Amino acid sequence: MSGNMNLTLKVWRQKNTSASGTFETYQASGISPDMSFLEMMDVVNEDLIKQGKDPIAFDHDCREGICGMCSMYINGRAHGPLKGVTTCQLHMRTFKDGDTITIEPWRSSAFPVLKDLVVDRSAFDRIQQAGGFVSVNTGSVQDANSIPVPKENADEAFLSAACIGCGACVAACKNSSAMLFVSAKVSQYALLPQGQVERAKRVVNMVEQMDQEGFGNCTNTEACEAECPKQISVSNIARMNREYIKAKLFS
Amino acid sequence: MALNSNTPSGPLSEKWDNHKFNLKLVNPANKRKYDVIIVGTGLAGASAAASLAELGYNVKTFCFQDSPRRAHSIAAQGGVNAAKNYRNDGDSVHRLFYDTIKGGDYRAREANVYRLAQVSVNIIDQCVAQGVPFAREYGGLLDNRSFGGAQVSRTFYAKGQTGQQLLLGAYSAMNRQIGAGKIQSYTRHEMLDLVVVDGKARGIIARDMVTGKIERHAAHAVVLCTGGYGNVFYLTTYARGSNATAIWRAHKKGAYFGNPCFTQIHPTCIPVSGDHQSKLTLMSESLRNDGRIWVPMKKGDNRRPEDIPENERDYYLERIYPSFGNLVPRDIASRKAKEMCDEGRGVGASGLAVYLDFSEAINRLGQKAVEARYGNLFDMYKQITGEDPYKTPMRIYPAVHYTMGGLWVDYNLMTTVPGLYACGEANFSDHGANRLGASALMQGLADGYFVLPYTIGDYLAGEERKPITTDHPEFEAAEKNVKGMIEKLLSVKGTKTSHDFQRELGLIMWNHCGMARNEKGLIEGIEKIKALRQDFWSNIMVPGSGEELNQNLEKASRVADLIELGELMMHDALHRRESCGGHFREEYQTPEGEALRDDDNFAYVAAWEFMGVDSPAKLHKEELNYETVKRSQRSYK
Ligand SMILES: Cc1cc2nc3c(=O)[nH]c(=O)nc-3n(C[C@H](O)[C@H](O)[C@H](O)COP(=O)(O)OP(=O)(O)OC[C@H]3O[C@@H](n4cnc5c(N)ncnc54)[C@H](O)[C@@H]3O)c2cc1C
Ligand code: SF4
Ligand code: FES
Repeated sequence: MSGNMNLTLKVWRQKNTSASGTFETYQASGISPDMSFLEMMDVVNEDLIKQGKDPIAFDHDCREGICGMCSMYINGRAHGPLKGVTTCQLHMRTFKDGDTITIEPWRSSAFPVLKDLVVDRSAFDRIQQAGGFVSVNTGSVQDANSIPVPKENADEAFLSAACIGCGACVAACKNSSAMLFVSAKVSQYALLPQGQVERAKRVVNMVEQMDQEGFGNCTNTEACEAECPKQISVSNIARMNREYIKAKLFS
Repeated sequence: MALNSNTPSGPLSEKWDNHKFNLKLVNPANKRKYDVIIVGTGLAGASAAASLAELGYNVKTFCFQDSPRRAHSIAAQGGVNAAKNYRNDGDSVHRLFYDTIKGGDYRAREANVYRLAQVSVNIIDQCVAQGVPFAREYGGLLDNRSFGGAQVSRTFYAKGQTGQQLLLGAYSAMNRQIGAGKIQSYTRHEMLDLVVVDGKARGIIARDMVTGKIERHAAHAVVLCTGGYGNVFYLTTYARGSNATAIWRAHKKGAYFGNPCFTQIHPTCIPVSGDHQSKLTLMSESLRNDGRIWVPMKKGDNRRPEDIPENERDYYLERIYPSFGNLVPRDIASRKAKEMCDEGRGVGASGLAVYLDFSEAINRLGQKAVEARYGNLFDMYKQITGEDPYKTPMRIYPAVHYTMGGLWVDYNLMTTVPGLYACGEANFSDHGANRLGASALMQGLADGYFVLPYTIGDYLAGEERKPITTDHPEFEAAEKNVKGMIEKLLSVKGTKTSHDFQRELGLIMWNHCGMARNEKGLIEGIEKIKALRQDFWSNIMVPGSGEELNQNLEKASRVADLIELGELMMHDALHRRESCGGHFREEYQTPEGEALRDDDNFAYVAAWEFMGVDSPAKLHKEELNYETVKRSQRSYK
């Protein structure tokens, strides 16, 4: 087919968490510009299997930018060169014939590599378990319309809640800080009446867990916002800092 | 075994309340003596896990993704229905019930659907209390929209990301219980077998997908919330990992499979662009509120859409269904698109697409207003196709989207294996032969938050309170079975990958058991699938070993199950000599080409019993008795 591309891939290969990894070089030929990045990886993997070699392990599921599973560091950028796009939504028309593409896993000591491009992001779950919820039991609630919520607050809470938990913010940050991810959840609840009762306790518990997981400090470089596929705003971080100070002062 | 739906007696509107009163209760202090395994953490699994843990049961959850939050429910776009009647537009529990029964072409159980409509209102209350940021109006109250052709506005939504927000709500409730030590969450774990001891579900065999270790887990009851099996068609709107392994292996251990051939094909998806494609993307149904669907009048007209004058376009849905127009139910919209393409009037390079045109809406409302309504969908379309839908009509084509079939369950959501439950898309569900838009999220959450927590107590109350252990010979045998299958997959060392096989399977299913089916095609299809199964077990190539993270091994084991399930779907489609909802048999249609039901002979749920891979499954029938609704021919004209 005309317009198809030949690319060189330099891919991080690592057998498991304790093994040391290295870059391997592969050729991806006959790649259509309409393919998604992951479809290009599928083609490469099918070739590898047919040559009797071990295919490249990578995480993916929905392939439409919402599950947060895909996680590739492409040419030095989390989720690749486009803004507001996950790896699975990146299309090959973004690249040129003859390009060399470097593909790495998320790099952070809080996200150990499990194999090749697959990392362990369970630290994110543990932060949510420390306080990312409203304590209501099933069935013990009032009518949904009994507490009006100003539309602006609801809309802003939604924007924070749109985080897909992918971890690109951590991968993009030179300090491996998880502040954008954590602050998005803290903000969602701080903006809604349902989140008020546990507001102070929540932020303190989540921040403590974040520190225990070994994420770094925030030095306001804002690389997280620039690379976040859902364009979660750094204003969430400012809000979380205020929430945290308030909680500490009055506790 | 006789099929007993355990539907309570009494008037429809009182059945659930009476039933709840009659169910046995487990004393609060005793709840912590019972262990429950929940496989799947989508809307159904996460809501069930949180609710059971809040009640005091010890819960273990399993999912194959790296976090419970990534279950496929996350991808649902449009919204969730509830009979709140906040709009004062005539909605009611009875109307939601009636619409669902009619939409399902009278192949669902009345009592279940009525209960679903009843608890729908509680779902919204629960989600709001959890902090789910639904769309609101300026007065601060919840906004609604009409969806999928419903004549009332009962759909609650959070932009185009309703599934995400509902799932994150249920996930947060789960997290609270994980933090409290009441749920143990196993991620990157795949259930590979059900363990049945003395006729009761007592545990599962799971594989740790990072280390490859095969593990035994025991409990007093097992709940499968593992989603739908549409990936048997390969190219679908499902996540890549969605699969049938959990329900299929439970089926092989005695759980009957209900209405396997009932598949939903969604009319508005982005068409296939080439062989490399790995999935299809859904464009929300809400687009049909303002977009007009058409094809050229002339066959093989390959002018650009802008160059085809108004009088040479056929707005076929508006022509055939003047009162519902572009808003007819999904099964009808899909089938008509296929007919147009079969006539040679399809558009695009492949001829397998129809136009969804917004030019009239842009003229009427202005580009800004259209952008405000559908901006994110237009962007997504552009990102995938490279075309700008503000300038040129979208091209759409139907794609597999949902499976109404699943494990047969009674009114208590219990399968034919005592102690084994199925919730959400994994059960044969409340949607009959066709599901209405925004009703899957409703059903998943209804099952998990408001039905299972009551009904499972009735079973557990009769069980001994001592822990179930994994030293039974049945665990041993199941573990051996799982290890045997893995070894077999690794040892074939053939020439074709699991990907090759899934594509072949998908093509057979789509051609022989897709949007339109007929006897000859199904008989041929069954032969092809049998041959494919043979080929699979002599030619599959799986690299690597079982003792490591091995994505190809995972996939091969799923494809093996999908092949077997595909064969059952064909048998079911062949035996159902009528058309209903998403099941369209070409031999059974009205003179106008609409689905022709046969209520005298097929007003039943087909529940299939596994008799061995090489033996035909055995059919059991659950007759559907309609006490309240009068069955009629669906009409949307
Ligand atoms: C693109 C798209 C849009 C949709 N939009 C809507 C909408 O607007 N409104 C609506 O009502 N419905 C919609 N639906 C349908 C709806 O999203 C699904 O039917 C519903 O979310 C299914 O939920 P579930 O909990 O049953 O299963 P899922 O969310 O599919 O969860 C399955 C779970 O089971 C786990 N699992 C599966 N097998 C195993 C195994 N062997 N071992 C361990 N774990 C396992 C998975 O890890 C996952 O956690 C949409 C569907 C799609 C595809
Ligand atoms: S904040 Fe953005 S980058 Fe970070 S996890 Fe959420 S979506 Fe991903
Ligand atoms: S695969 Fe789901 S976000 Fe990329």
